[in-house]
Amino acid sequence: MKVLVPVKRVIDYNVKVRVKADGTGVDLANVKMSMNPFDEIAVEEAIRLKEKGQAEEIVAVSIGVKQAQETLRTALAMGADRAILIVASDDIHQDIEPLAVAKLLKAVIDEEQPGLVLAGKQAIDNDMNATGQMLAALLGWAQGTFASKLDIEGDHAVVTREVDGGLQTIKVKMPAIVTVDLRLNEPRYASLPNIMKAKKKQLDEKTPADYGVDITPRLSVVKTVEPRERQAGIKVGSVDELIAKLKDEAGVL
Amino acid sequence: MAVLLLAEVTNGELQRDATAKAVTAVKGLGEVTALCVGAHAKAAAEAAATIEGVAKVLCAEDPRYSHRLAEPTAALIVSLADGYEHIAAPATTDAKNVMPRVAALLDAMVITDVVGVIDAATFERPIYAGNAIQTVRTADAKKVMTIRTSTFEAAGDGAAASVEAVAAAADPGLSSWVADSAAASDRPELTSAGVIVSGGRGVGSEDNFRMIESLADKLGAAVGASRAAVDSGYAPNDWQVGQTGKVVAPELYIAVGISGAIQHLAGMKDSKVIVAINKDEEAPIFQVADYGLVADLFDAVPELIKKL
Repeated sequence: MKVLVPVKRVIDYNVKVRVKADGTGVDLANVKMSMNPFDEIAVEEAIRLKEKGQAEEIVAVSIGVKQAQETLRTALAMGADRAILIVASDDIHQDIEPLAVAKLLKAVIDEEQPGLVLAGKQAIDNDMNATGQMLAALLGWAQGTFASKLDIEGDHAVVTREVDGGLQTIKVKMPAIVTVDLRLNEPRYASLPNIMKAKKKQLDEKTPADYGVDITPRLSVVKTVEPRERQAGIKVGSVDELIAKLKDEAGVL
Repeated sequence: MAVLLLAEVTNGELQRDATAKAVTAVKGLGEVTALCVGAHAKAAAEAAATIEGVAKVLCAEDPRYSHRLAEPTAALIVSLADGYEHIAAPATTDAKNVMPRVAALLDAMVITDVVGVIDAATFERPIYAGNAIQTVRTADAKKVMTIRTSTFEAAGDGAAASVEAVAAAADPGLSSWVADSAAASDRPELTSAGVIVSGGRGVGSEDNFRMIESLADKLGAAVGASRAAVDSGYAPNDWQVGQTGKVVAPELYIAVGISGAIQHLAGMKDSKVIVAINKDEEAPIFQVADYGLVADLFDAVPELIKKL
């Protein structure tokens, strides 16, 4: 089975974001960028399937700016076999919408015919949580979202999902889209020899036009603002003072 | 124009709080029709019909909807989509699963976690873990969206909307339910609780987390956890508050042993009153706390439990 893993280049998890003065978005110039943390978990899961003998080949795909090839090299260094980069913008501030990404991924999947797509449940930049579900819809495939456990059993996958009330286990027909949640696994770090080896792995570069996909955004950004800042309150000196404040001042006890 | 709102129905029961908050968000957009879906949905439909602002309720009751699997539920919504300009749902995990699928089937870009409705095509939503609020305008004819409920007040009671049964749509038959493992609890639901006590990495272990639970029980509160606490195995993931967990806005939020990473603040900074208990006086949580207590939580929490 071939496993396809979409990966996104996003602002690093630890970087404090700043809204651009002109309100068009968040400033990404000269900011550390990394693979979306959920996508790392997806790559890791694909590698584990390969190590268990349940996957033969792992293809990583990224859609965005040319610099996303660094993200793909990371996936290759972790253990993906080859990569496809679809250069969809030359502006680092242009976010490609999940619907357009899903259409491009569908075109790649039509060519590659994977048995499973493992994707992060959401990207930590636009926080949309949509691409996997949209891709499943366009393909007419089953979806197992927010996975914290995945078992491949013949032509089905058993997916345990993180849901509001606890966990839900479902069985999905393969080929399927599985989007991964935090507790599925702990991604490995790429070793130096593997980083070196990854430089020699195949990385094909494409454009949306190669797939005949229109990626015109449906959403336009009217403005981007900083959230309302919450003011720091006071420090209390003791538990007694805290209880008194909550009772008398805040009125919440 | 008209709005189709997917009501939150769990095991036949209407989740009134989440649904009524979503009604508040969308009722200015047009006449609201609530859709109740489930193996058993009639009681939920009757309950939804009383929410002020709901003009009509559609009830789709069929065994194929027993666990609201994404594929049949999305197919049903798409089959009903004609005549509605907006298709919305409270941003629960169920809706987050279903609504992007609905949007793609309608060739629309989903707008998730809406926190503000500006006009029929313009919405505010948080990005980057709530570190920025973006206003977006959609060019799609059909607007498919999920509503972040913590930013809206629940609509009141008193309506008496008509309830109409609708036929099930074809089931793509791609998935089946195996099991639920819900943590049975008498505590209030995190997303609708008036008081929440949350523990972080500082709590130190699953055993120590019982102390957080005791404090919560003393206050009749829900229990929350930071991602660090969940990752460390101290607390289950459905307690997680933050960017990748639940977003809450209770009257009182007590953060114990939580440093206040931006990913956690994203999930709780709209709480009315925030209390932080942490031994590190430099912890970022104190920058958003109304009342900060610099203390060892292992002293402060038992004392709180005793004195409350």
